[in-house]
Amino acid sequence: MTQTRGFASTLIGITCALGTALVSETTARQPGLLQSIDPRTCLLGLSALILAVTLAHKIAVVAAIFVAAIFLGLASHVAITTLALRVWLPVLLFTGVIASPALFITPGTPVLGTPFGTLHITSQGLWSATLLIVRVETAATLATLLVLTTPWMGILRALRFWRVPSEVVMMLAMTHRYIFLLAETASQMLESRESRTVGVLDQSTQRRVMGQTAGVLLGKSMELGNGVYLAMQSRGFRGDAPVLTDSHMRRRDYLMLTVFLASGAVAVWIGRA
Amino acid sequence: MHIPDGYLSPSTCAVMYTAAGAAWYASLNRVRRNFSARFVPLISVFAAFCFVIMMFNLPLPGGTTGHAVGVTIASIVLGPSGAILAASIALALQALFFGDGGITTLGANCFNIAVTGSLVAYAVYRVIAAGAPLKARRRIVAGAVAGYIAINVSALLTAVEFGIQPALFHNAEGAPLYAPYPLHIAIPAMMLGHLLVAGFAEAAITAALVAFVQSANPSLLLATSGLSTGNDELQGAKSKSLKQLWVTVALLMCLTPFGILAAGTAWGEWSANDLSSAPATSANANLEQTPSGLLRLSTVWTAPMPGYAPRFVKSAAFGYLLSAMFAVGLLMLCSWLAQRIFRQRHSVEISR
Repeated sequence: MTQTRGFASTLIGITCALGTALVSETTARQPGLLQSIDPRTCLLGLSALILAVTLAHKIAVVAAIFVAAIFLGLASHVAITTLALRVWLPVLLFTGVIASPALFITPGTPVLGTPFGTLHITSQGLWSATLLIVRVETAATLATLLVLTTPWMGILRALRFWRVPSEVVMMLAMTHRYIFLLAETASQMLESRESRTVGVLDQSTQRRVMGQTAGVLLGKSMELGNGVYLAMQSRGFRGDAPVLTDSHMRRRDYLMLTVFLASGAVAVWIGRA
Repeated sequence: MHIPDGYLSPSTCAVMYTAAGAAWYASLNRVRRNFSARFVPLISVFAAFCFVIMMFNLPLPGGTTGHAVGVTIASIVLGPSGAILAASIALALQALFFGDGGITTLGANCFNIAVTGSLVAYAVYRVIAAGAPLKARRRIVAGAVAGYIAINVSALLTAVEFGIQPALFHNAEGAPLYAPYPLHIAIPAMMLGHLLVAGFAEAAITAALVAFVQSANPSLLLATSGLSTGNDELQGAKSKSLKQLWVTVALLMCLTPFGILAAGTAWGEWSANDLSSAPATSANANLEQTPSGLLRLSTVWTAPMPGYAPRFVKSAAFGYLLSAMFAVGLLMLCSWLAQRIFRQRHSVEISR
């Protein structure tokens, strides 16, 4: 029995996605600073900070927000290793690879030569690449803090509060629910196919099997969609999903929202060109 | 192709949010009309399907693997409006729940992948598969080509958004503030991977899915096929019989002037004038005068075309022909109006 590359990498991908979702939901239920405030405050406040990061044109200002994000994470009991492995390292590798040629090809004042003759690092290239990496790291850290500390249902409630159409919020909620079901189904189909496979499958057979698995999944998805609709109809669905939870924001939530918005505004002001 | 936060300027993000927002609004309204309340679970499950499909790593020639986006098969099954919503929901979930793709760049990602991808895929698929039966091999080819082109157009759009950043947003020294590469670098860098890998992954998975659907449940392809029914033979037979009907109607209209060859008035269809002026026959032999009731009622309604000929037409044969054409046209109009009213009532009942 041989593991085929397409199957294995797909199974790993599905398992990783399910694991990531599980970690997010677990962390969101832990006590902590960001967990204790209203999801609306969290979503609006952290989004405002992300916007401030993209608006700021000074590396020091973006770096200051990055440090603040680390403190927010620590206060919310988000492990540094989680942030490092989930955000900082992948972003550094991805953005670093993208940004590194900019060191050399951005026209400007040479600051460091290389053994390759005319090729040299320019100050503008260095500044631009550093700003890009710091900015992307900071924004990704803030987005990950939002994901890790806010329950998914809280985010949906916040979207409803901000007048996002109820159908869109319902679709987000249902998609989230059925992702896990379909991912689990796909995983089981691939595992069972792999358990029946002896020897090495050639690439075209692998593609055919993956295509058939995807096709079965499509059929199951359509059946599921119809079944869910009938179930909704039988329960008296009228096109809206009322929310029963208390939607009042506390004084503390308003205070935190003010802090987030004010911090963002100050960062934009100081970090302007 | 998922642009993270920080690569695009806030003004670019705002423009892309506006463009994507217009597409979301139009798609939501269209899907509401076409599917009524059914669209909520249908789009949701399809969005979940797109999400899971993105995790499928497909082995590609050359030893590499690539993953599809699923936007092409969504366009083929749901149509462009449904696909725009399903792919956008999947992208929003990736950004908000899995932290993949930025929050400020969500509009750009949705516009590039969901909106542009869906529209391009749908257009290419419809053009190539035009008129092909549901189980035709041409539909598989159309799906594959549509997937390949859609992904590459999306990638090109993403590259253009990256490439305009240094020209539009830089500091006083000329250092780029966001994505640092101009168009002549961003476009080849972005397109190389998509032309050689990602495009083929989308093409392969779409072709495989269309082939599977053709064998397992071809009716799923019906909505965007451009065919009125999935049964091609039945459709052909219907089309043929309809053509025959029209030819027969036209022939009968041409033959209507022969009606004037018949002399006299049909028995029992006399008008008041016929009775008063006609010579005594076995039918009216006992009549001393025209009945008063008949005289009174004969003036209640005056036909616009008495005697099957408008007053301004001098030729009786041409008048007959004109009357036939007018009557057929009037009947078609009544039939069309009745059909329209019935369909409207039917759709209201379904939406309830």
